[in-house]
Amino acid sequence: MTKAVVAMLAVVVVAGCGGSTWTGYEPLYPPLTIFAASSLQPAFDKIGQKAISQHIATPSFNYAGTQTLTAQLLQGGPGDVFASADAAHMTSVDSADLLAGPSRIFAHNKLEIAVGNGNPKGIQTLADLSRAGLVVVLADPSVPAGKYGQQALSKAHVTVKPASLELQVTGVLNKVALGEADAGIVYVSDIVTSGKVDGVAIPDDQNIVADYPIAVLKSTQNQAAANAFINFVLSGEGQGILKASGFLGV
Amino acid sequence: MVLAGLGLLFFLLPLAGLIFRAPWDQALAGITAPETATALELSLFCSLAATAVALVLGIPLALVLSRTTGNLRNLLRALTTLPMVLPPVVGGVALLLAFGRHGLVGSLLYQAFGIQIPFTTAAAIMAETFVAMPFLVIAVEGGLRALDPRYEEAARALGARGWMVFARVTLPLLRPAIFSGAVLCWARALGEFGATITFAGNFPGRTQTVPVAVYVALETRPDSAIVLSLILLAVSLAILVGMRDRWLGAP
Repeated sequence: MTKAVVAMLAVVVVAGCGGSTWTGYEPLYPPLTIFAASSLQPAFDKIGQKAISQHIATPSFNYAGTQTLTAQLLQGGPGDVFASADAAHMTSVDSADLLAGPSRIFAHNKLEIAVGNGNPKGIQTLADLSRAGLVVVLADPSVPAGKYGQQALSKAHVTVKPASLELQVTGVLNKVALGEADAGIVYVSDIVTSGKVDGVAIPDDQNIVADYPIAVLKSTQNQAAANAFINFVLSGEGQGILKASGFLGV
Repeated sequence: MVLAGLGLLFFLLPLAGLIFRAPWDQALAGITAPETATALELSLFCSLAATAVALVLGIPLALVLSRTTGNLRNLLRALTTLPMVLPPVVGGVALLLAFGRHGLVGSLLYQAFGIQIPFTTAAAIMAETFVAMPFLVIAVEGGLRALDPRYEEAARALGARGWMVFARVTLPLLRPAIFSGAVLCWARALGEFGATITFAGNFPGRTQTVPVAVYVALETRPDSAIVLSLILLAVSLAILVGMRDRWLGAP
């Protein structure tokens, strides 16, 4: 009994040392934790698989609304890379001195009106969203997509009475896909990858261009792999995947 | 003792965190802010309405549960307690699929009367009832099982009919179980977030209850989120303490 306990303790002690002092061993494909805006999920899942198969890194993703990710990072959430859906949140992470280096824009996105398959309500413009009896769902202004949506609506001089201000773009998308809402404002990339809703284009003079910045976090254990991952996102192959998911390249 | 202390500490530390980090200079402004009042009012209204619905539907359900036996009882019991173990967001999706505009029942309502439940205050009440009612049912069922059947038998032997026995004997005996169940149910309803945001959405004054408002504020105005949390905490504590003294017969 005592022997077993001593042996177990020994194992624990040895294992405990392994992490910090045993420098002879480096994992072949270093693990990375990527904090990524939820709109990036379809593209980043594919990019992640490529990164693994090309032995760049083994990323695991923490997807959430950019505002949630920012709150997590500001409260000390540990990660290697932060990919944000707008510049403002990247700036607030940067001003908290949490970035290891400057951020770089890796993609752009535009807005589109999401409507049910086949556009049963015949929505053509942003102005149509103010029609009486139409159930419109927007993202909350605290979410980048919601802030951009407000900007687009005010550019088009349209006032909408939303039924709900969703806390994530995916909330808007799901409510349109389930048929609970007749229309919502989401990213072009959301519509391209969803497949369950149709998109109605918003003309450029009313649209906005969302910048997606990416940066290495100061809390990274693996600066080199984190840089390599960002370079892969910016490479021709990474950009190709982003474009196929409805983003605009840089 | 040590474990009990640890347990208590585990509960109290997050509360202490809230209190220490609270921007007390802004607390007063937060309490009087119109958004806070709106969210608090809506939260109290929805949680009390949910408790009322749970009382009306839950007590009969508990009666049926306590009178069935064997496999049927196990099945019914599992079904009633399902919302307790189900992640609330999943509950919200299930409610959408049942009562949404294209849901099983919701589509009939929409086609016949043009009624759409999601995004309304009724939806918030339904979401809270769905998640909180099991707490009441379980408490009342426990009370029923602990009931001495001789009181009811005596009443029957003295000539009382079924309804009379229930109203004059069973219900009064059940009062402590009903009250403690109702308080638990109300507390759960007050804190409900996941099912509400999924089924009812988020709109100030209509479906934005305090937990949802806290979540929205946490990401843009963390200070107001803490103030809002403290207010909800204080209101819940005041009501729980008050209720214990008055109805639960505190020792």
